[in-house]
Amino acid sequence: MLIVENLKARIGEKEILNGINLRVNAGEVHAIMGPNGSGKSTLASVLAGREEYEVTGGQVLFDDKNLLDLAPDIRACEGIFLAFQYPVEIPGVSTVNFMKTALNKIRAHRGQPALDAVAFLQLMKEKMKLVEIDQSLLSRSLNEGFSGGEKKRNEIFQMAMIEPKLSILDETDSGLDIDALRIVANGVNKLRTKNNATIVVTHYQRLLEYIVPDFVHVLYKGRIVKSGGKELALELESKGYDWIKNEMATA
Amino acid sequence: MTTIVSNTDLKEKFSKAFEEAQGLKSQLHKEAFDAFQNMGLPGTKTEEYRFTPIARLLEKNFNLDEIEPVPSGINSVKDFLIPDLDATVLVFLNGFFSETLSSSINNIDGLKISKLESALASGEAADYFQKLLKPSDDPFTALNSAFWQDGIFIHVPPHTKVEKPILILHINDVVDRQSIAHTRLLLVVGEGSELTLIEKSNSTGDHSIFHTFAEEIAVKENATLNYIKIQNDDGKLHQVANSLIHQSAQSILNTFTLTLSGALIRNNFNIAIDGEFCESHFHGLYLLNGSTLADNHTVVDHLKPNSHSNELYKGVLDGNSKGIFNGKIFVRPHAQKTNAFQSNRNILLTDTATINTKPQLEIWADDVKCSHGCTTGQLDEEALFYLRSRGIPLENAKAMLLYAFAAETLEVIKKTELKNYLDQRISDRLAKF
Repeated sequence: MLIVENLKARIGEKEILNGINLRVNAGEVHAIMGPNGSGKSTLASVLAGREEYEVTGGQVLFDDKNLLDLAPDIRACEGIFLAFQYPVEIPGVSTVNFMKTALNKIRAHRGQPALDAVAFLQLMKEKMKLVEIDQSLLSRSLNEGFSGGEKKRNEIFQMAMIEPKLSILDETDSGLDIDALRIVANGVNKLRTKNNATIVVTHYQRLLEYIVPDFVHVLYKGRIVKSGGKELALELESKGYDWIKNEMATA
Repeated sequence: MTTIVSNTDLKEKFSKAFEEAQGLKSQLHKEAFDAFQNMGLPGTKTEEYRFTPIARLLEKNFNLDEIEPVPSGINSVKDFLIPDLDATVLVFLNGFFSETLSSSINNIDGLKISKLESALASGEAADYFQKLLKPSDDPFTALNSAFWQDGIFIHVPPHTKVEKPILILHINDVVDRQSIAHTRLLLVVGEGSELTLIEKSNSTGDHSIFHTFAEEIAVKENATLNYIKIQNDDGKLHQVANSLIHQSAQSILNTFTLTLSGALIRNNFNIAIDGEFCESHFHGLYLLNGSTLADNHTVVDHLKPNSHSNELYKGVLDGNSKGIFNGKIFVRPHAQKTNAFQSNRNILLTDTATINTKPQLEIWADDVKCSHGCTTGQLDEEALFYLRSRGIPLENAKAMLLYAFAAETLEVIKKTELKNYLDQRISDRLAKF
């Protein structure tokens, strides 16, 4: 589904990604871990098409299409979804209207007819249950005045509505208490199918107790320096990132 | 006010025209013309007109040897109406009231509408005329007071709720030649009455238009006025409007000024809150492109205690457009317990669009709540990316954010047909940005 080859990117003069290689197949969950500043969020942003980052090398294929050639909205239509680390507050735009516009754009791209108001509301009600989010929240301005947990649940709600092929969860666990974490993780797990894939970007192993990865990659200084199964996350948790840093220093 | 005559030539041309004109021989016309002569046209060194070079544009774009009014051949105003809005329509063509194109003004329930000249002759308008706007207040009030030839007097008698809005269309026909027009409005909303008044300007043709307005409005005790100006004239309109609304005790005022097009639009919009427990919602929105210049000079003057004013002006500027906002708030010494809020927020979409914004608060009372704020920025890139990351194309995402920004100013509009119309005009414009 996703093939990342020798991806290099920078912001301003600062090189952040120094040759990432990653292959994600349908049905898989990949965790990307690493210390602060290793480039985790940059990788998520570059895949979603954030324009501040300049790609200086390598390529990304998504379902055989050259992802880096596509505008962010086209990437979303093609099936990429980024759950933001810091979801943006947008006063004056309600989640409901925003989601309706977004969903119908994506449906049009897929060659599906637009949903009418009734069908949309029905779908919305169904997906709201998944992340235990209240309709009153969705009628309000997008994320405005939402708590950290509400914002993250709104992200997963949107993911449920859009049904992307590849979801990238950028530090979705940050700022969540244990109950919110459980709800969010539950939502993500329920959305898993054999046809979609998930990349979980996280600093801590905690989230991976709830969203169990098939593969764990450790990112350090803009490169994937270690890959393994879910046990790698546990090893990282017990040994700390210094283990990786020391290993890299002696190598 | 210190005014520097930018061009004696211009002044002489107006003098010549004034002397030659028929029908401008009354004492009031003459006094107004003297006031104009004393002030002259404001130059760029005149503080109140620093950013708005009207004299220069008048000189450049108009033949001031021909400033007499021009006739018009327009015989239908269908294209200029607001769809689905059932309104009493009053039409001015090149500054002259057109009885044939207007709704009949003789048989409107509870309302008195007449040409200003006849209302002055009969004495009905004498208590109000030039009482709120004095020629010496502003050079263009003086010019208008000297040169006006037509206007309308609207009187809503006490305790009358006027269901049908009044729509005044100011149409300038410049197919053959330029038009210079000076129009007056005198409106009295009687005690406990309610009225919605909409003013809309349009034109046909490519020649230049210079149009001044002097508008005096009295809102009596317990009365409500909804006052909407729609400035969406695609022509070469140079417009200076002086409007003063005088509010008596417990009156409610909702205003909304939408500026979309024109060459130069200057609104001198003053509200005098001269009674206790008044409410004023003073909103404006300018969505500009091309090289349109829109200048909103506003004054909210709290003369009495216990009233509430809320001024909200917002702007989005594209292309080479220029916006100017000047918001004065006065709270007089005895106007205690005043709540006065002002906010001016702007989004610049290009490097060549500019905004000059200046709040001026003068507060002499000590027990008041006042605040003001002005911001100028660009579209929030992070918000744009967020919308795009959900599949919404850049153009739609921009329009969505701009609409969300602009829509707040529409809150003062209650009438659905009107709101829909304004909403559509706003969306149409935002889609072009």
